Amino acid sequence: MNTVIQKEQEYRTKRGKALLGHTVNTSLKYKLWIAFLLLVIFIGGYAYYRQLKFGLVVTAMRDYTSWGIYISNFVFFVAISLVGSLISSILKLNKNDWSRPLTRVSEIIAVAAIICAAVIIIVDMGRPDRFFYVIMHLRIQSPIIWDVIIISTYLVISLLLLYLSLLPDIALCRDRLTAIPKWKKWLYRIMSINWSNHPKQIETHHKITKLLAISVLPVAFAIHTVTSWLFATTWRPGWDSTNLGPYFVSGAFMAGAAVIIVAMYLIRIHLKLKKYITELHFEKMGRLLVLLSLVYLYFNINEYLGPAFKMVGVEGEHITELFTGKYAPMYWFVQLGGLILPIVFLIFKPFRKPLPIFIISIFVVLGAWFKRFLIVIPSLQHPYLPIQDVDESYLHYVPTWEEWAITMSSFAWFLLIITVLIKLFPVIPVLKEKIDSETINKLNVFKNEKS
Amino acid sequence: MENDNSNTDSRRWFLKTISSGGILAATGLALGTFTSCKEKSAEKTTLLTTDGKLVQVPNSEIEAMEHLHQGAPPMEAREGISGKKWVMVVDLSKCKNARKCVDLCDKHHNLTPDRPYIKVYEMKDNEKSSPYWMPKKCFHCDNPPCVKVCPVGATYKRTDGIVLIDNERCIGCRFCMAACPYSARVFNWGDPPEGKLDLPYSPETSLPSKVGTVAKCDFCPDMLRQNKLPHCVPACPNGVIYFGDEIDDTVTNGEETVRLSTLLKDKAGYRYLEELGTKPRVYYLPPVDRLFPFEKNTEENSES
Ligand code: SF4
Ligand code: SF4
Repeated sequence: MNTVIQKEQEYRTKRGKALLGHTVNTSLKYKLWIAFLLLVIFIGGYAYYRQLKFGLVVTAMRDYTSWGIYISNFVFFVAISLVGSLISSILKLNKNDWSRPLTRVSEIIAVAAIICAAVIIIVDMGRPDRFFYVIMHLRIQSPIIWDVIIISTYLVISLLLLYLSLLPDIALCRDRLTAIPKWKKWLYRIMSINWSNHPKQIETHHKITKLLAISVLPVAFAIHTVTSWLFATTWRPGWDSTNLGPYFVSGAFMAGAAVIIVAMYLIRIHLKLKKYITELHFEKMGRLLVLLSLVYLYFNINEYLGPAFKMVGVEGEHITELFTGKYAPMYWFVQLGGLILPIVFLIFKPFRKPLPIFIISIFVVLGAWFKRFLIVIPSLQHPYLPIQDVDESYLHYVPTWEEWAITMSSFAWFLLIITVLIKLFPVIPVLKEKIDSETINKLNVFKNEKS
Repeated sequence: MENDNSNTDSRRWFLKTISSGGILAATGLALGTFTSCKEKSAEKTTLLTTDGKLVQVPNSEIEAMEHLHQGAPPMEAREGISGKKWVMVVDLSKCKNARKCVDLCDKHHNLTPDRPYIKVYEMKDNEKSSPYWMPKKCFHCDNPPCVKVCPVGATYKRTDGIVLIDNERCIGCRFCMAACPYSARVFNWGDPPEGKLDLPYSPETSLPSKVGTVAKCDFCPDMLRQNKLPHCVPACPNGVIYFGDEIDDTVTNGEETVRLSTLLKDKAGYRYLEELGTKPRVYYLPPVDRLFPFEKNTEENSES
């Protein structure tokens, strides 16, 4: 069956065959994967139903720990969405082409992550039914509003960037994939909005892409900086810091690069794209990851050294709790397993081979997630006034199954969006080079239906 | 001594207040004040008391409470009582953790003991100094971090200095809880314990509370509108809490009425964590020349 489908397509080139193949073949593995994701989403949905019914009381959050893993997960998603657009935009703006096969993956990750971030923040609301009050009663002075504005801007821009870079490939799918279901043909036809590689179209496309690639840069920086301000504008120990903006942004760089490496590895294995995502890519991403981790390490030292040296009041208690208290195991796992050791390993070339760097990146991503837990929760547990006179449950924070289920389902959504986008569209730009009218004419890759 | 400084003109309001405070005290601060109901109905409603017991209360009693309910509706409540600047002074030298303020506040705001608006902290400034009790409620800051961060203006500052919450607008983001340096805010994580209270909502009474919204001490503006003191003030058997108007420069604890400026000057009044710049409207008088020794046994203390 698959071979029949394969034969009926007009791939035209070998590259086309390799890169479009995964959009037409549906394996059992793929179906099982989707089913698994849907199951996780379903369980999360049930947990959310319970949360809607009973209120946030189903979570472990209470008056002191008033933000929990929803918020830390939100910060995590904002972090990993940042790098996607940056990588693709920097690439578009300067001429180096080695990472071209990675742009689509990073753009897809950016879009999926920012969607999840936006949704998880609604999940955290005590009154999601009043979501539109944010617009009706908008108070521009509030950092939350800044975050809402900047995140929706980023969502739009990164969607547009992804779509624009996809456009020639969608047209290509429309033209070359002939033996596909009707709805897919229809989808490609609608989405390719009459794209015909006309020089004029290409010129406009080029202009808009450039404009967006430039404008996404400050916005990408802003999403995470503004998210850090949600914390930095308060007096909590660990948050009340001028270092927080760059600290968050550099952390996001590292986490985002690691997520891209993980995605690269999985795509390369499962879509059989070894020829297109090569060891060279891993090597270069490995170097990039080391560089970004070093920058993050620098801000990390800045974040902890001052307070740890001074040990002032609650700030000191907070640091002690992280260094030697009940959060110490998590803290040292994050600092060593998620930051120091990856840097040490990745300095050596053999560890920048696909499998080792994939494993190291998983640790970096895990570290990044728990790091955000450590940013949000212990700070809230160290208020200026002592915690007395409250119910026992207010003293600790151990997320409930509902919180975990919802968090897991946010990951499932994240993976589902990525999987579906990769299934529908070629994950590596099919055209080898930058599209500008010259190369198109020279290579004559495209042919309209009529010609 | 403080009495000498009070002036008769500005005392008019407080005279009324004091007398009503007296009545409150005489009736045992309890159901006595709610008995103005007209018809006795046989139907009863089950309610949860502040100490966690389920009790059956005739519906007429509940109506009587509604009668007490004088809070302004949400839009009106944003205004504030004109010509006033409410202020509170807490004399730490007199507090022995009798917890009457907490109890009465819980009662009138339908709170359960695990999440009161007022907390009495056991404080110790340093290793050598002796511990003391510090009752703490919302400080109604003049530069309130909670108001600054609210994305929808559900928390607001009024002209009379009070910071209130409109729980019909609150989206439950809890940013204000993270922003308040004094942990003054509580959240309705689940359905409020009182069940469905059949009252028109007013931010001035914070009743009925709603699931998924934030709440805190409100300085009882509904009482102030009736020229009465906030519930916690006359509740205190030791006269710890003074309440009054900064413009009049007078505060009272229900027993004595004193000049605010003199009180703060003579007793070295201070505000908690002044260095944060939040400008609280609640002052503390330091725990010197204590009336009571510091004792931990709460039950004994509350007998006073
Ligand atoms: S004490 Fe807290 S809740 Fe009250 S006004 Fe100040 S910041 Fe707001
Ligand atoms: S929880 Fe409610 S009152 Fe507090 S900041 Fe959010 S919307 Fe405003």
